[in-house]
Amino acid sequence: MALFEASALHKRFGDQVVLEDVTLRFEEGQLSGIMGPNGAGKTTCFNVLTGRYKPDRGSVHFAGKDITGLSPRKIANQGLSRSFQIMNLFDEYSAIDNIVVALPSVRARGWACWRDMGRFDSAYDEAASILARIGLAGKETMPSQRLSYGERRALEIGVALAARPRMLFLDEPTAGLGVEGTARLSELIAELKRQLSIVIIEHDMRFLFRLADKISVIHWGQVIAEGSPDALRENEWVQRSSLGALST
Amino acid sequence: MLVTLVLMASTPLWLKHVGLYQYLALEITIWMLFAMAHNLLLGQGGMPSFGHGAYFGVGAYAFGLFQQRADAGLLTGLFGAIVAAALVGAFVGAFISHRRGIYYALLTIAFGQVLWFVAIKWHAVTGGDDGLLKIARLPLQLPGLEISLESNFSFFYFVLTVFALVLLFLWRLIHSPYGRVLRAIKQNEMRASFVGYNVWLYKWTAFVLSAGLSGLAGSLFAMAQQSAYPNVMSLHNSGFVVMMVLIGGGLVSFWGPVIGALIFILARDLLGAYTETWLLWYGLLFMAMVIYQPDGVAGAWQAWRASRKRAPVARATELAWAAHNKEA
Repeated sequence: MALFEASALHKRFGDQVVLEDVTLRFEEGQLSGIMGPNGAGKTTCFNVLTGRYKPDRGSVHFAGKDITGLSPRKIANQGLSRSFQIMNLFDEYSAIDNIVVALPSVRARGWACWRDMGRFDSAYDEAASILARIGLAGKETMPSQRLSYGERRALEIGVALAARPRMLFLDEPTAGLGVEGTARLSELIAELKRQLSIVIIEHDMRFLFRLADKISVIHWGQVIAEGSPDALRENEWVQRSSLGALST
Repeated sequence: MLVTLVLMASTPLWLKHVGLYQYLALEITIWMLFAMAHNLLLGQGGMPSFGHGAYFGVGAYAFGLFQQRADAGLLTGLFGAIVAAALVGAFVGAFISHRRGIYYALLTIAFGQVLWFVAIKWHAVTGGDDGLLKIARLPLQLPGLEISLESNFSFFYFVLTVFALVLLFLWRLIHSPYGRVLRAIKQNEMRASFVGYNVWLYKWTAFVLSAGLSGLAGSLFAMAQQSAYPNVMSLHNSGFVVMMVLIGGGLVSFWGPVIGALIFILARDLLGAYTETWLLWYGLLFMAMVIYQPDGVAGAWQAWRASRKRAPVARATELAWAAHNKEA
């Protein structure tokens, strides 16, 4: 059984069917990609997988447990963490506080009303090491609002990483990044890939083809193709969209 | 904190010389307590409770009733008032804690109005429009010691002590992991839930705590006024405390509500001495403040200090981070 399995998911908003019979499997230790054109239902799919929306039909299993329709909090506590396409940070907090508040050790003590946060050494140590990992060493006390766009993107992933997930979902991590930023992000993700299972939605195909072990193509709310990057290069839809250029 | 408390404790020495009176300091302290309780929601948790007079009022009535119907002593009465207000808060909080923003605000107003209406109509218990009269300032009874609180002077010191304890409690709370999570929820509820926090429960507990402390303020107010009447639960009163918190700068500072309550009650007395329409002028001041200085007095002070020193960094972090590096 795969680490993450979604079977026969359906989701509609009003009379519009957004997902139809979507089945996806993401294996442990792999980097899986979801791609497709704008409006194909990728983000909705992500939101259903991570608990933001409940599917109308179908089921989602993670690590052998049924997580269909569970709240985001419960899913997060199972070891599944996600980042957002539109940045979703704690804006008044500094970079390090964004990480600190997402750490499991702090979460476990969230009800400690009488403890001084400043004495939480291990939490700050851990948060600092995560910041270093995502290339934000030296920016610890900078309010997250004043970080550059690329740094905020990295922090967005850092907050998701801080939860020490078994599986990490990234929603369009390259959105709005320039060539240089994307390159740096590739390095980071290539690094993370060795340590945990990752699922990425992306429309930057070049980026995804370089990193992913397996890619699912979603179009009109359905999975129209699936396979390794090499296998997908031969796919008709992939060929027809601008991807053909990639094979060089 | 020490400076504020010492300054407040010394008021009996100089208040009369500047033309004011001791009861004023007493009332300001009670309002500070109420504003601090309210700011736990508005400033720390980002929950706009615009009907908070209700819990202040529940505390006032509960204290009066415990005293008159159950013959409760001072501390029992105060404790009872806190519990009563917290219970009402727990009930209301259960209905509103999944909401935020304008919906949250509207629901708090609606519940506040319901409670105010109950206070007016339930004659048998609340005394209706007349309210509860003859609420006594009972003596403080400690083992081997009995202190009368009848004079404004001694009662002021009692209230100040309570205020100091609440300040200490809130200070610890806000600087604890719980406070850190609460402020994270204020900034981004959705992310907080995706990080794994039970947002509803955090918001609910903050509401219950805030309601309980508001009830404490209300019960002290009932003692100060020696009565409890529906007006303390009105939308007016709920609005006043919001105005205090915002003018003082509760959104950006722990001390905002303290500053705001001071300014508000002083404005009421000083402007009120010149004109009956003081609230109009205060309202204009409030509007100017919201437009030009939305972070309030405390925010202006922080901006001024930052402009003198260097770029602002998140203060709490800076402290935690510095302390951490020192120990490491």
